[in-house]
Amino acid sequence: MSHTAAAGPEDTAGGRSDPSAGVQKMLLGVGWTLVSVPLLYGLVQTLRRVVTLFTG
Amino acid sequence: MASFLDRSRTVAGPGYSRWLIPPAALAVHLSIGQVYATSVYKTSLVEHFGTSQTAIGVIFSIAIVMLGLSAAVLGKWVDHGGPRKAMFTAAMFWAAGFFVAALGISTTQLWLVYLGYGVLGGIGLGIGYISPVSTLIKWFPDRPGLATGMAIMGFGGGALIASPLSNQLLRAYDPGFDGAAGSVADGSAVASLFVTLGVVYLVAMLYGAATIRVAPPDYRPAGWDPSTRTTNAMVTTAAVSAGNAIRTPQFWLLWVVLFCNVTAGIGILEQASPMIQDFFRDGGSSAVSVVAAGGFVGLLSLGNMGGRFVWSSTSDVVGRKRIYMVYLGVGAVLYVLLALVGQSATALFVLLAFVILSFYGGGFATMPAYLRDLFGTYEVGAIHGRVLTAWSAAGVAGPLIVNGFLDARGTPGELVAADYRPALLTMVGLLVVGFVANLLIKPVAERFHEPSDKTAAPAAGR
Repeated sequence: MSHTAAAGPEDTAGGRSDPSAGVQKMLLGVGWTLVSVPLLYGLVQTLRRVVTLFTG
Repeated sequence: MASFLDRSRTVAGPGYSRWLIPPAALAVHLSIGQVYATSVYKTSLVEHFGTSQTAIGVIFSIAIVMLGLSAAVLGKWVDHGGPRKAMFTAAMFWAAGFFVAALGISTTQLWLVYLGYGVLGGIGLGIGYISPVSTLIKWFPDRPGLATGMAIMGFGGGALIASPLSNQLLRAYDPGFDGAAGSVADGSAVASLFVTLGVVYLVAMLYGAATIRVAPPDYRPAGWDPSTRTTNAMVTTAAVSAGNAIRTPQFWLLWVVLFCNVTAGIGILEQASPMIQDFFRDGGSSAVSVVAAGGFVGLLSLGNMGGRFVWSSTSDVVGRKRIYMVYLGVGAVLYVLLALVGQSATALFVLLAFVILSFYGGGFATMPAYLRDLFGTYEVGAIHGRVLTAWSAAGVAGPLIVNGFLDARGTPGELVAADYRPALLTMVGLLVVGFVANLLIKPVAERFHEPSDKTAAPAAGR
């Protein structure tokens, strides 16, 4: 990721509370897991319903 | 509101991973996507309130109308206030909607359910739907279709989660309810379900609000050259305000495109289960069982969700105008085939409907990227909010068209494939109108562009 220089007044606060790279990696894992697990549950449940279209 | 929610507190610094943003957006869209899973408890509410299907169906209609209205009215506030404040507000309204509706169910006062889930929840839907979109577009200037496809796919995925989850919770709250056809959960179980969902969605959406970040000013992903997009005349680098956007023909042409695409999709979605049974009806009985028809509805949900991600991402490569030519042009051809030869084989019927629904989802997910291309990123969230009124209008028009034709042809349970033809061919006409509207879209005239000194500093990080 890269940036050009032009800075607005809000920039001064930019990134002050950013987590470190290590914490970001952990947050990536947590974040994607939190949304993927329920989505996977929904997909599996729906596929089970879809099977009935071809079997019954 | 607390400063923690302010835009200035959400601007990311150098080194912040943009892949942290989609989960925040998905947390919101997976939550509000529940609105498409209301059929799970619809019969329970009909029996609990001792009223008609229509009276309960109004709850959903109010929510969708409020979605469009709140997105249109509050879009500018969402753009200027920032995504965290918007997501927080959406969480409050969405959860409050469930709690107020639960109170209405517990006290058998239907108006409280209208007010709660319909009005308050609908406002949460509108704010929540648009809140992460412009943020994602700015984090993914190289792949805006992929970015909005990811988030808006979540809206389709929300129903996939909420439907089986609600069924399981209702079985836990009402031991007499087994989830099978004909079994109805009691009102107190539905009230408990609403409280549970309200709490779960509140937590999930607050997680999204806490982790969302605005891209730094002039952010660009590594390896991406912004000059590449100036080679496409349909992709602007200028900025058009929401106020100016609605004065352009492009805005209203896109409104017509979305309206036609959504109305046509709703035509199938609304009637999916009885439709497949009627298409394969021979005499009094259908070759497709009620259970299999439920599987068909599930398959359409997958098409709707998958289309949001796949087609929207594809639009980054082939262009927004071309992908809408596919949604509307190929969609019209598929609708004609469905109307004329859909009854010849179940597999053909299912395949046609699946692809049509994937175009329906794709039309939703690609719209923010199309708006970004034509109007720039300056107030794209607000413009998106205003375009979504087409969804509200289609939500009313689609079922009216389909039900109007079907009511004139006979009674439910006795209809056959030929009875659907007038409704389906009307949808073909709508898709052709949308196709022509899309063809007429050209770059926005310069007189609508904002002066660069107005958009530079205030839009920083927006």
